[in-house]
Amino acid sequence: MKTNAILVVPVLLAVSLGARSETPAATATAAAVASATTTAATTAAADATTISIREFMFAPTAMTVPVGTTVHWKNLDGEPHTVRSVDATFASNALDQNDSFAFKFDKPGTYRYVCSIHPQMVGTIVVKAAN
Amino acid sequence: MATQVPFDPKRRGALKCLAFGAAGTLFTLSAGILTPFDLAMAKGDDKDRPAQTGIPLFLQISDTHIGFNKEANPDVVGTLTKTIALVNAMPKKPALVIHTGDITHLSRPAEFDTAAQLMSQLNVTELHTTPGEHDVVDASVTEYFSRYGKPSKDKGYYSFDHQGVHFISLINVLNFKPNGLANLGQEQLEWLEKDLRGRSASTPIVVFAHMPLWTIYAPWGWGTQDSDQAMSYLARFGSVTVLNGHIHQIVQKVEGNITFHTARSTAYPQPNAGVGPGPGPLKVPSDDLPKMLGVSNVTLKRHPDALSLTDTTLA
Repeated sequence: MKTNAILVVPVLLAVSLGARSETPAATATAAAVASATTTAATTAAADATTISIREFMFAPTAMTVPVGTTVHWKNLDGEPHTVRSVDATFASNALDQNDSFAFKFDKPGTYRYVCSIHPQMVGTIVVKAAN
Repeated sequence: MATQVPFDPKRRGALKCLAFGAAGTLFTLSAGILTPFDLAMAKGDDKDRPAQTGIPLFLQISDTHIGFNKEANPDVVGTLTKTIALVNAMPKKPALVIHTGDITHLSRPAEFDTAAQLMSQLNVTELHTTPGEHDVVDASVTEYFSRYGKPSKDKGYYSFDHQGVHFISLINVLNFKPNGLANLGQEQLEWLEKDLRGRSASTPIVVFAHMPLWTIYAPWGWGTQDSDQAMSYLARFGSVTVLNGHIHQIVQKVEGNITFHTARSTAYPQPNAGVGPGPGPLKVPSDDLPKMLGVSNVTLKRHPDALSLTDTTLA
């Protein structure tokens, strides 16, 4: 899994830069998460595909990844959250504070997901076919 | 002490305070009209306790969140135990307890087991439940239904009669749509319409579900998107009481003959609508916590049939 994640880094950087320019708030959060990670060297690859859940928001709200990517969600709130795709492709159990969930995207497509505890919390993963 | 005036300004003021959790509320529903009293009165002399003059009907317990262990209340087992002791000490206990959901915090088997063990100490004959969204967060959504699914045949909605009152348990915590509110769904609505068809309009009705069956605050999902349709089936009845949990504080309104009321949690308070980033646990000074936790008690008055509702805190 880790090997996979490292392989996709160059593609991801380009994609996430594009996404970040649209969502400055998400950039700030992502940066905060990155700087808070003490073992940056070993987790840099994971961070690029990690969505933090903080203050009742998925950050970044939208993420684009190449097919085969494993996306991680980590809940930083004291309140539990879940990650459930609208089309039931993936579903986490309840994530308590600091719990994580991961899902590997093997099929291209647009996946909308929601927290099944707080429906106001929504996110999207766009999975691009390999070139 | 029951009065026919639903909201005089003084009581409205008291209720506003109650929304902040400063005390409890006591309501009398007379011929479909709900009247709130403040808890100071409810806790006063027996003559001031209208709830004690009727037939004890049921207790509402909500949002026990067994498994929660954060600073807002590190001892939810302790506060539920206190709540149960409070209930068991009531001089006139009803036969029924209705748990309006969020029995557990994370839908884990051990949490459900602890909750069941605690609630078995309630000195009442029947326990009815409806799940909260915290009870159905296991990915397979089986933990709740394997324990409490029987009355509804795993559908989550069912009805029953007790003391001439028709009770309806609804489920509105499944299949959330992005940015949506809670929802009942077409199948359940059709069942509800059928369940009510042919019933006398003079039958007192109690409806319970976890999430509010009216929109309290949409940005936090505090509402049910198709509740208006459900209410349209209930509008012809003379006395309808709609009880919810979810928001961990008392909010209520009266619309026609329908009284809406949300209960306190036994675990932890939540912020008022829109205060802070989201509806998470609210940390309060530990001395204040018991005042913000509690149960609701509903009694039945005959001639004419009417319901009284009392909220009691742990403080």
